[in-house]
Amino acid sequence: MKNNFKNIFKNGLGQLTIPIIAILLLVIFNLIRDPSFFRITIEIDNAGNRVLAGNLISIINAASELAILAMGMTLVTAASGGQDISVGAAAAIAGSAFVKVLKSGGNINGLIVLLAFVVAVIVAMCFGAFNGTLVSIFKIQPMIATLILFTCGRSIAYWINGGATPTVDSSIVKAIGGFIPGCPIPTPVLIVIAMAIIFKLVFHFTSLELFTQSVGINGSAAKLNGINSTWIKLLSFIILGACVAVAGCIGVSRLGLINHETLLIDIEMDTILAVAIGGNSLGGGKFKMAGSIIGAYVIHILTVTLYAMKVPSTDVKAYKAIVIIILVVIGSPVIKKWFAKTAARIKNKKASAPMKGAQ
Amino acid sequence: MADHALLEMRHINKLFPGVKALSDVDFTLRKGEIHALMGENGAGKSTLIKVLTGVYQNDGGEIRVEGKNISIRSPQDAQNNGISTVYQEITLCPNLTVAENMFIGREKDVFVHNRRREKRANELLGELGIPARGSQMLGNCSLAVQQMVAIARAVDMNCKVLILDEPTSSLDDKEVNVLFGLMRDLKARGVGIIFVTHFLEQVYEVCDRITVLRNGELVGEYLTEELPQVQLVAKMIGKDLDEISSFGEVEEKEFSDADIFYEAKKLSSSDALPFDFEIHKGEVNGFTGLLGSGRSESVRAIFGADKVNGGTVKINGKHVKITKPIDAMKNGIGYLAEDRKRDGIIADLSVRENIILALQVMKGFFKPISRSESEAFADEYIKVLNIKTASRETPIGSLSGGNQQKVILARWLLTHPDYLILDEPTRGIDVGTKLEIQKLVLKLAEDGVAVTFISSEIEEMLRTCSRLIVMRDRRIVGELKGSDLNQAQVMKTIAGGES
Repeated sequence: MKNNFKNIFKNGLGQLTIPIIAILLLVIFNLIRDPSFFRITIEIDNAGNRVLAGNLISIINAASELAILAMGMTLVTAASGGQDISVGAAAAIAGSAFVKVLKSGGNINGLIVLLAFVVAVIVAMCFGAFNGTLVSIFKIQPMIATLILFTCGRSIAYWINGGATPTVDSSIVKAIGGFIPGCPIPTPVLIVIAMAIIFKLVFHFTSLELFTQSVGINGSAAKLNGINSTWIKLLSFIILGACVAVAGCIGVSRLGLINHETLLIDIEMDTILAVAIGGNSLGGGKFKMAGSIIGAYVIHILTVTLYAMKVPSTDVKAYKAIVIIILVVIGSPVIKKWFAKTAARIKNKKASAPMKGAQ
Repeated sequence: MADHALLEMRHINKLFPGVKALSDVDFTLRKGEIHALMGENGAGKSTLIKVLTGVYQNDGGEIRVEGKNISIRSPQDAQNNGISTVYQEITLCPNLTVAENMFIGREKDVFVHNRRREKRANELLGELGIPARGSQMLGNCSLAVQQMVAIARAVDMNCKVLILDEPTSSLDDKEVNVLFGLMRDLKARGVGIIFVTHFLEQVYEVCDRITVLRNGELVGEYLTEELPQVQLVAKMIGKDLDEISSFGEVEEKEFSDADIFYEAKKLSSSDALPFDFEIHKGEVNGFTGLLGSGRSESVRAIFGADKVNGGTVKINGKHVKITKPIDAMKNGIGYLAEDRKRDGIIADLSVRENIILALQVMKGFFKPISRSESEAFADEYIKVLNIKTASRETPIGSLSGGNQQKVILARWLLTHPDYLILDEPTRGIDVGTKLEIQKLVLKLAEDGVAVTFISSEIEEMLRTCSRLIVMRDRRIVGELKGSDLNQAQVMKTIAGGES
């Protein structure tokens, strides 16, 4: 642990530099603009729980689905060198399946919710496997392969509940999308933490990270070292499927209903953006999942900041784009190289200055 | 003397994080001269070339072309100053045609004149005796032809200084001769050629002068006729010659059928015709033949690297099925691929991760090697194989070619194979490392490991192998051992005819 800190001081944050600086700048900007922006208060919600409230909490809460999808997308990007643009549509399918099971029984109890969740996960993993098969076995470019589900996904979601947008009235579902009685932290945030821990454990107890990176960097060499690159790519899509199901279920639970047309709409591009802001190459290869998670929060702080500045909602996207251009350009290899050179020059000057003094 | 100088590089310095790649190096190239740039791995040859071609910027020193100071900040600058390069690894686009590759980025016209371009390309290719057509896809040509197209491209740019970085490493003898003819032709026209190679005989065949670098420093500049080969080697590795000359003949070993480790009957793959092959424990054998004779394809079939079509394989007398690399690895076979960049290194991953990769795959997905264990493995092999790297966490892509090769060797040694296949392990690396690898092969054999060693340098194979399998036109045409193991006999068998 001590060594980790030492390394950070010595080598910088590496890939995470840009996203962390971005988040710090946004926080500082907001603090100057409105010192009370990040104030956290304890309020009593409708159900009578004491819960945390404030801008910071709502940002972290609202970014949950995006953060979870970004985790899965990081793996797909690393392994396949492409992106899955069907995550929003697939989440609508998973959410519909979740609601379908919930509505099939009479009373909604814990067991039914669990069953519904498992069904949603299995359904989403199957669709992930479908995408993954097209990419890994049929070697179709990921964006084209996932375009299919992107196009038809919300129609499939529509069929599942017969075109209706049923509401779910259950305290358990409410707790998933809101707060667990007695716990002041929003449940989606807890789920993000749980997912991050699960990934950390998976990376620790399997070779997923090494194999995925190897396949992404040099597929031919990976194959000759006995790695089944087809399987690794397929696996990344299946794992993303599980993430999609979790995000979809959170989305449904927040609203207490499934709207197949609007659930997590347009989230695929934000997900890809989060991965990019996190400093991960969209061409695959080496990755840092932490970067993508931070990237997701950067996107949401940005959105909330703009709304707080009373930017009309029609203009928000334009302003968002400006900030993102800046971030992406700063993170580009050209600027990075320039920074490295300048840093080296300053270092050299510093090193040569005392020598001159000695002469 | 300085009047004839075409290119002068003075006091060139280049720093990399943690390494001084070039320190105060001078280099002079005269008009109409073929000048060999020699040195071990990491001696700074490639760095010097890259400074000259604008890939790297020098951290001090000056470059003059025909007496004029120039600054080279990009490859474009180098080209504008008449400096052209053909790199060791082919840097053309395989998905474009030969003609497109020759003219890409050089046409000022907005419109593309395909037919005119192809005509010009065909003229030039014909003039240079290169067996390719302008309309052919470059990717469909053999590696050797691709290399020659790269040279043709440079030639067509009317360059004053032509840099050939390991141009012959993927060419067979006939092609090398064509290339040398071309080089002499250019020399007569007054072009200065910098020739970087590891083949000493080639240096003596074609070069006028030799500049030797060692550890980023200039050792000296010599006229070729004044520097005997042994002395050149001594200057390059800076070591006593005893070590090299002590490298004696391979001793005869007798193998009985009981010692057979691997045996294949009628083994064939999508790229290899059916062949029979067996190897004993502790035996070093070699596959030889011209480029495209099927030697690499055969060993790839053994490892299951290509789709295996048929045949039976026995290991230690037991039938096994090897259709994928992982099958071979589980049966104790390791394979160092011919093309290090494409099939060997995982460039962005660290030396440590590259070393443990094969072992990790064998252990399986659910049994990751712990961080501390992998660090210990990496440290051990960095020391044993004397791998020059800033640290075990350095990306392998930033190491020199020979050190990359050592990392890949370490990867396979770590799996403790019973049978190790080394396809061109010494290509594009320096004399010192070559010797180290050859010694390692012999040591492995002493420890009872079966080794297949492939090299395009027959001398190297004669030194290490006790049995040579000769291939021609994708078929095994001979097997040489004992007193037949000499250069003349090998040549004769490769060429075919009466043998």
